[in-house]
Amino acid sequence: MASEYQYHSNIWLEEPEPSNPFAAKACFCSGYDVHNDVIPNAGWFEYLLLLFKGEQPEKRETALLEKLAMVLANPGPREASVRAAMNAGVARTNHSSALMAALAVGAGQYGGAQELAICMTLWQECQFDITRWQQRLLNPNTDERADIWLPMEHAPGFDPNGDATPTPILQSLDLLAALAPAHGALAWLKANRQALELHVGYPLAMSGLAAAALVDLGMDEDQGSMLYLMLRLPGAAVHALEQKQVGWKNFPFYGPAIELDESAFPGSKEQKGVRE
Amino acid sequence: MSHKQLLETEKHWLTRKGKAFLSDRVILHSKDLHQDLGDYEWMRVYLYSILERDVEDNVAKLLNTFWVCTGYPDASIWPNHVTALAATVRSTPSLSLMAGMSVSEASIYGRRPEVRALDFFYRAGRHCEAGGDLIEFVESEKSAGRTLYGYGRPLANTDERVPFMLAKAKEFGLDGGRHLQIALEVYAYLNETYGFSMNVAAIHAGLAADVGLNCQEYQLFMTPCFISGMIPCYQDARDRPEGSFFPVRCTNIAYNGPAKRKWRS
Repeated sequence: MASEYQYHSNIWLEEPEPSNPFAAKACFCSGYDVHNDVIPNAGWFEYLLLLFKGEQPEKRETALLEKLAMVLANPGPREASVRAAMNAGVARTNHSSALMAALAVGAGQYGGAQELAICMTLWQECQFDITRWQQRLLNPNTDERADIWLPMEHAPGFDPNGDATPTPILQSLDLLAALAPAHGALAWLKANRQALELHVGYPLAMSGLAAAALVDLGMDEDQGSMLYLMLRLPGAAVHALEQKQVGWKNFPFYGPAIELDESAFPGSKEQKGVRE
Repeated sequence: MSHKQLLETEKHWLTRKGKAFLSDRVILHSKDLHQDLGDYEWMRVYLYSILERDVEDNVAKLLNTFWVCTGYPDASIWPNHVTALAATVRSTPSLSLMAGMSVSEASIYGRRPEVRALDFFYRAGRHCEAGGDLIEFVESEKSAGRTLYGYGRPLANTDERVPFMLAKAKEFGLDGGRHLQIALEVYAYLNETYGFSMNVAAIHAGLAADVGLNCQEYQLFMTPCFISGMIPCYQDARDRPEGSFFPVRCTNIAYNGPAKRKWRS
């Protein structure tokens, strides 16, 4: 019986074509007629916010998300997730493989979505309490149990390989804070950035900035993580396509840079076979 | 901290793990891949790659059964379902299998329960070693609101892999370890007190602890374990008409959201 296999949703309603139960005649997103009303009348970022939050957004929220999306759109070819996509592109693999590579690498805890999610969780816990923030940034791991994710190795949202705060991060913080609520996370981060950086010993990272913006957009850490993963894909896509054209002969090959340290191998080549 | 540490590895990566000297030889953890490891079964190379050491024959055979007994060719199982969906829309084998494999790093089955269960038995072992009581440890975990991974099963009350694995552990002479014993004692207590069942994650983790795998090694080892079951699911959906794998009619999206409304211009 078909009705046994139902998917439950608070987001999406479909009404079938009379001739085919598997084809939709109309789709409704949180009650709004997608093809008759939302697509003709809303912008892409209004629709994105509708999908994630279930309500027609305010103009202010839409402007903030759009500018955040632009800030995140291309982390640039030096960034690990984009490099992963370029490695796929240069090898002329499937486009999906390039984006899967970008997602997997961009999911990580150093600049990736898992770091952002941890940061957003800290926002729920620490709110606007700078003493609490300072404690937790230096002690982000509270669960002693092992997990599929490794323990954090640095203060979430900050870059342990950084020196001064990079100019685009300062520019983006100023721009996004101007679009965000006056007493929200971005405003607080802007006011307290230097104190936090001084405390952890290194500068704010894009993940920390994006986390505050997503908190101001009312997202939880799961929604924020998904958006952060998605919004960084345009750069991965175009750089993968670009390297496909550039070709592998003009792409870095690190073979000569990798040196095998054989000095500590047991008995070197005579003692083949059993190691302890 | 600063960027200066990046300068060290910008153009130089010193490693003891291995290297491909193209046109010459390949070294994996100090051994020559073709000369020293060329006659190994692939599973032994995989274990050697993870552990940087050879394991005893019986350990390799036991770990091999972890994979054998978890590769279920049933497309209702979540990672397999993903693979079958990829096949029904004619995606490629690698994309289909990798999507299924990545979905195996889940919380209600697969990698997280496995890692958590192994960690639980190591911590329980240390607690008992320090003179603590096992049942007190179980209760303290439970009262902290922590899931006791390895106990209970989402879709069934019993796990057919438990007797299989216990028999295999006995066959390979590896059924006498203290962590397996802990797994069984925890089950006896939870079953009697709360009616919990035990699933294979508890047995596997107990055995993994007894053969000395740490949580990272175990996670790496188990990563491909469902893949032999995914392949038939891929083939089955691939060989049927496009889009025919459990199609969903519009009315089978059970909508519980806001009523119809108009977009404000």
